[in-house]
Amino acid sequence: MSPTRKNLLDKVWDAHTVRELPGDQTQLFIGLHLIHEVTSPQAFSMLREMDRPVRFPERTFATVDHIIPTESQARPLADDLAEEMMQALERSTAEAGIEMFGPEKGEQGIVHVIGPEMGLTQPGMTIACGDSHTSTHGAFGAVAFGIGTSQVRDVLATQCLTLARPKVRRIEVTGRLASGVYAKDVILAIIRELGVKGGVGFAYEYGGPVIEAMTIEERLTVCNMSIEGGARCGYINPDDATIEYLRGRKYSPEGEAWDRAEAYWRGVASGPGAHYDERVTLDSSTLAPSVTWGINPEQSISIDEKLPRVDAVSAENQPSIEEAYAYMGLSPGEPIIGTKIDVAFIGSCTNGRISDLREAAKIAQQGQVPAHVKALVVPGSQAVARQAEAEGLPEVFRAAGFQWREAGCSMCLAMNPDKLVGREVCASSSNRNFKGRQGSPTGRTLLMSPAMVAAAAIRGEVSDVRELLQ
Amino acid sequence: MSEVIRKRIEGRGCVLRGDDIDTDRIIPARFLRCVTFDDVGEHAFEDDREQAKGDHPFDDERYRGANIMIVGQNFGCGSSREHAPQALMRSGFDAFVGGSFAEIFFGNCTALGLPCVTLSPGDLSALMDSVTVGPDEQLKVDLEAREVHHRGTGWALAIPDGIRDQLLEGTWNATAVLLGAGDAIEETAKRLPYVTGFSA
Ligand code: SF4
Repeated sequence: MSPTRKNLLDKVWDAHTVRELPGDQTQLFIGLHLIHEVTSPQAFSMLREMDRPVRFPERTFATVDHIIPTESQARPLADDLAEEMMQALERSTAEAGIEMFGPEKGEQGIVHVIGPEMGLTQPGMTIACGDSHTSTHGAFGAVAFGIGTSQVRDVLATQCLTLARPKVRRIEVTGRLASGVYAKDVILAIIRELGVKGGVGFAYEYGGPVIEAMTIEERLTVCNMSIEGGARCGYINPDDATIEYLRGRKYSPEGEAWDRAEAYWRGVASGPGAHYDERVTLDSSTLAPSVTWGINPEQSISIDEKLPRVDAVSAENQPSIEEAYAYMGLSPGEPIIGTKIDVAFIGSCTNGRISDLREAAKIAQQGQVPAHVKALVVPGSQAVARQAEAEGLPEVFRAAGFQWREAGCSMCLAMNPDKLVGREVCASSSNRNFKGRQGSPTGRTLLMSPAMVAAAAIRGEVSDVRELLQ
Repeated sequence: MSEVIRKRIEGRGCVLRGDDIDTDRIIPARFLRCVTFDDVGEHAFEDDREQAKGDHPFDDERYRGANIMIVGQNFGCGSSREHAPQALMRSGFDAFVGGSFAEIFFGNCTALGLPCVTLSPGDLSALMDSVTVGPDEQLKVDLEAREVHHRGTGWALAIPDGIRDQLLEGTWNATAVLLGAGDAIEETAKRLPYVTGFSA
């Protein structure tokens, strides 16, 4: 294929191909490997059993995010198991000579928040991490995959993976976002449109005026949820915004190296005549704030819609809708607005960055969290927390009745003490509304933008954030 | 590194109906708090089983000792946790037949030598019915012949060629294959401008 017809994925794939393997598999070099405490300890054990060293320790970076408590990160951690997992990671990284961003350095955070903010995530890279939301890093024009533990072992041992090249679906987002409609609503709309299995076998390339007008942080939100649409990776072509974001970050190149980097980064973008396996267009002008009501991220509606009738979907999808209604305790035809909530969670790798907290704070300051609601704000990283503190955001949240916590994954998957109890309903800025996802086997999650979570928190029920923006 | 050839898997089936069964359900997050996979098998589908109050296929006497799971569409979606296939492997399963599989789950299974094969919707529902009726009868997943076989009927299975080759040849354990590239790995790294810090 002529170079101008190559899309970003093909360019990056070709540059990182070590060799073709039998069948449809490629041995791909992985430029950046990120690890955390949950999916890597077993990989290090496997490596030890094989008596193999880490091949490129300088290309792997570690942090703790999933199990870390958010009330106090003081060591030893109150939870013995969490302390054991953290120590295992500290030991393995120290032995291998891998850089670890621990809380004591002020560099800790959710793995998908710190990669970008440190300038580790760059255009034209291949990135892997033992976490499905690695797709987040595609916001920079990187090809980023979530992998399992055996593959973490492979990357540690060889800096490579065997992968089949995905097809590429270009998703063009046209129109203009109305006030109160955020990046989160765009990606929820895409998943609603294409389905949770629609992306299997594809990489999603997001583009068009709405995506191009987005800040890097908004793009991170969109790419983050690619995996919820079944696409293992999603990306956005690097442009001026990408380059500006990277300038002056800890791991960004400097001086003449910066100039060469910029040329490489711009060069990996899909050419104007690039080939795509499929194209889809979504007009965003009519989008309203969205809320999920079911048990997968495809089951969402606009805030002003009524819950769908079971027979409104194809016969094949009806059992899953019925299951969702039974689990959520909701009924077809009801409005979602006004649904009472017990918990509000602002945070996660989807929406735990500084711009998310700023938007949420604007809404939070207009009211007071009622006594029946527990509201948590969990910054995505220690750097986000510092920035928020410099802007006085914790005071705004606290004054409105929110708890301000330390950085981590927290109630996104509740591997730390932050959990739902019983059948509590949680308005959440995270990415998954699966059964039991937030720590209680019967807990219920409604996904929405951070501003919508803040609105739900101060009103005690699912609300239309647009009313608070006027 | 052990390299086991997977030409066919024989045994008995267990039917788990439903689509989009995510890895949070296969192994809830609280059981990821561990530094080895040793104990994850005990907790497979723990919350689903609890909620089904004995009515879950994993608690169905007729499926006791089954080693091939039959599942719906998009099985294993969600989190990348290898704890999910590890939990199922450690509770005795060594192959999956379904409508479709989420990609990371599929990759994790392959890395463990567990084939995930797909059937067309019609064939899958016929197989589910057949195994529901005759859970004690032998079920065979034949990768060589590309066929799933139960009670005298064969259904054509699909699996990507490259993965099938890896399983048939015993090269599914990727580390050994990847190491086989030798210095080509370093050579590829040197060609990438960012690996050398964009030095001239
Ligand atoms: S914030 Fe949630 S989705 Fe993101 S890495 Fe942590 S647990 Fe995973």
